[in-house]
Parts: sequence; C-alpha cells; structure tokens
Amino acid sequence: MCGLCGALGGESHWSTNIEDPEQAHFARRRARAYRVTLINRVLAPRRITIEDFQAASFVLATATGKREIVQDLGGVWLQAERMGGHELDPLDPAFLASLG
Amino acid sequence: MNETTPLVPVHVISGFLGAGKTTLLKSVLASEAFGDSAVLINEFGDVGLDDRLLGEIAEDAVLLSSGCVCCTIRGELSEALRRLLSRRQDGEIPAFKRIVLETTGLADPGPIASTITADPVLRHHLRPGTNLTLVDALNAVDSRAQHPVWEAQVAVADKLVISKADLVEEDTLAGLEAMLDTINPAAQRLGAEALRQPSDELFASGPHLQRFTPGQVKSWLGPWRKPPQHDPDHLGDIRSFRLGLEGEVDWTCLGIWLSMLLNRHGSDILRVKGVLHVQGDDRPVVLHGVQHTIHPPEHVEAWPSDDRRSELIFITRDIDAERVTQSLATFMDKVSDHPSPRILHA
Repeated sequence: MCGLCGALGGESHWSTNIEDPEQAHFARRRARAYRVTLINRVLAPRRITIEDFQAASFVLATATGKREIVQDLGGVWLQAERMGGHELDPLDPAFLASLG
Repeated sequence: MNETTPLVPVHVISGFLGAGKTTLLKSVLASEAFGDSAVLINEFGDVGLDDRLLGEIAEDAVLLSSGCVCCTIRGELSEALRRLLSRRQDGEIPAFKRIVLETTGLADPGPIASTITADPVLRHHLRPGTNLTLVDALNAVDSRAQHPVWEAQVAVADKLVISKADLVEEDTLAGLEAMLDTINPAAQRLGAEALRQPSDELFASGPHLQRFTPGQVKSWLGPWRKPPQHDPDHLGDIRSFRLGLEGEVDWTCLGIWLSMLLNRHGSDILRVKGVLHVQGDDRPVVLHGVQHTIHPPEHVEAWPSDDRRSELIFITRDIDAERVTQSLATFMDKVSDHPSPRILHA
C-alpha cells in the first residue's frame, strides 16, 4: 500500500499473471514500464497518454488536461475511448494505419 | 501465479433445455469418483441431491460500476460460492475437491469464469474448471435456430457430449457432428457412456493445469477436427480458426492487443485458447479465455519437443481469420520493440 495515498498495490489483470514472483520487484517494474511504453504508442494518435501510478494503477490524460485513474489494462481501453470520444478497435484498418 | 495453494476447480455442466444435464448430474453424484464434490444448481429438478445440495443460484447479471466489461459477474453465483467456502471453512460441510455447477438451459456459461476471476475473494480459492456441454441430438438444429445461446454453450465447451444419439438417424447424427465441428473443432468429444458412467475423464484437463506433462501441452488445445468447407447453412456466422506463430511472442504486446480486442469485440470472441512461446521464457504459456474473460495464464513445465511454434485458437461470431491475422501482425509490427513472429492461419 502507498503510504501517501493509501492505494492498494498489485495488479490482478490476467496479462500480469505469468510474471515470476521470485523476481517480482525488479522484473515486474520493468514489465510494467514496458507495458506503459507500448500503451502510450497505441494511444498517441488519440493524443492520450498513460502514466504508471504507484505501481498500483494507471493515470490516463488528454491533451486538454483531463485525467482519469484506472486500475488495470482491462479498464484502460474503455476509459480511453470515453476520454478520446472514439472507439479503439484493433480490427479497424484505419486504427491500425494510425499506429506508429 | 499461485503454485502452492491448490485452487478448487469450478466445473460447469451446460446444455440447452432437455439436453440431459440433470441426468448427468445424477450420475455424477452417484459415482464414487465424484464423492468429494460440492454441487450448485440453478434450479431444482427431480434429482435427489440430499445433503449435497448446497445452494440455489438465481440468474443475476450485474455490471460493476467501474464499467470494465471484463467484470460482468453474476452476483448470486458469487455469493453462493462465497457461502460454500465459508461453510467449508467453518466445518459445516465436508471438504470438497471440486465444485460442479449446473446452469439453466438458457444460460450463457461465459460469465461464470469472470465471476470467479473478477471476485477479490473467490479468485484466491477457486479457479474456472472444465466446461462440459451436452447437446441434444433430437433438438439441436431447432434449438440453434431459435436460441443464439445454444451456440455460445457449444463454443465455450472443453468437452462435448451428444445425448439422445440413439434416437436419431445416422445422417442426422453425422450432420450434427459436422455442425459441432464448425462451431468448436477443438472440443474433446465424449461418448454416451460418459452420461451413464461418468469417470475422471469427465472433468479432466481443465484449462489451468500447471501439472501438465509436456506431452499434454499441445493436446490440450484439442483435437481440432478440420471443419467442413465453408457452408453457410452449417456455419451461420460462427468462425473457428487456428493461428500459428513462428518465433518468440512479445507477451506484453500480445496482452495489450488481446485486451483491446476483447474490450471491443469480447461478446463475439466466444473462445480463445493457445499455447505460446513467450520471449525470453523456456516454458510454454497456456492461455484460455471465454468471451470477455481471459483466465489467468500459466506456465507449463516444458515443451514436448523442439517444435515451439505458438498456436492460438479462436471461435468467433462473424470475425474471420484474415482480419484477426492482419490485425495481430500489424499491431505487433508497429507497437512491439521486438521482432514479430510470422503468423499463419489454418
């Protein structure tokens, strides 16, 4: 738990399940940082950014300064769609073309 | 990953009205092999469950206020399972090794897995087990035509049992088997004897077996009977396909892509399962999901041979292999820091 804000740590999203608990601290932080980097690449065309928050949740932010907190990867996309006003559909050729 | 505490599997018996679920449950309860089972049913039937009848569950689907579509849970089921665990903890009922849940004939079994994996208490004690679906040979065609949930029940099955097969002509049975192959070619098919004399095989090889032997890794994906050539009458809008990925998979990137896909199309991704060669990891990872819910993926001990090609199986409603392949390949190519695997589909 974070001593400042009381946020409970730890992700329970399925995508974090195969990380090795033996080397939890370092490996998880590195995996989490990489995850944030990749999500930012996906969200960049929508002018939305994501930041890690205390290794316990994520903060999404729009270019106009709107910020929302989400708990895990499962909640990122729905919230990003609400904030950006567009669907994020990986099967949509236009979305794929907007990447990178 | 929970390697020390054994999680109790919740096996699901599903099937349309009149398919024989209660008959199977009766056989299961009469079998010594399943003496240490707790049972939950949706509705009372005429089966004598005596003291093993541990709860009744009402249909109650709720969407958590957080709005995450992965968190569709059935509140009453969640409470019933918690109550079961509490009573076991308090010694009111004997310890059990498995929970067998019989759904109503009109239920989509998909949300059961998410009920378990989304619940902060249940997920530390329980895991989704094997989905077993009974198919009524007499009424399958009509049921499918009139009730879309029939397809969902077949698509989520790890195991399929055809009931009343002796009451239909051979041609009808062959047609039904072809239909099942198109919807869920990866499901293991059990014979009618499974209804009369259920054995350990009934619920074996659920999706969360860390104790897989290497040889079981690929067979867990299922027999994958080659579906018949595209036949709109047979196929409807159901698609089933298998992707092969040559080369190591960037797990983080795949997870992001899949979570996006499920966010937007989860209700049309009836099933996804796979064995993956994850980058920097010598052990295969098994992945298994039903609609919006991916069960916690797990490592398996080792690969069965030098063939480390990853495989992903999809059963979808009106989403074809080309779109998924193109999407995954483009996404990995543009987003990942690592070289993308070559993706082939069958």
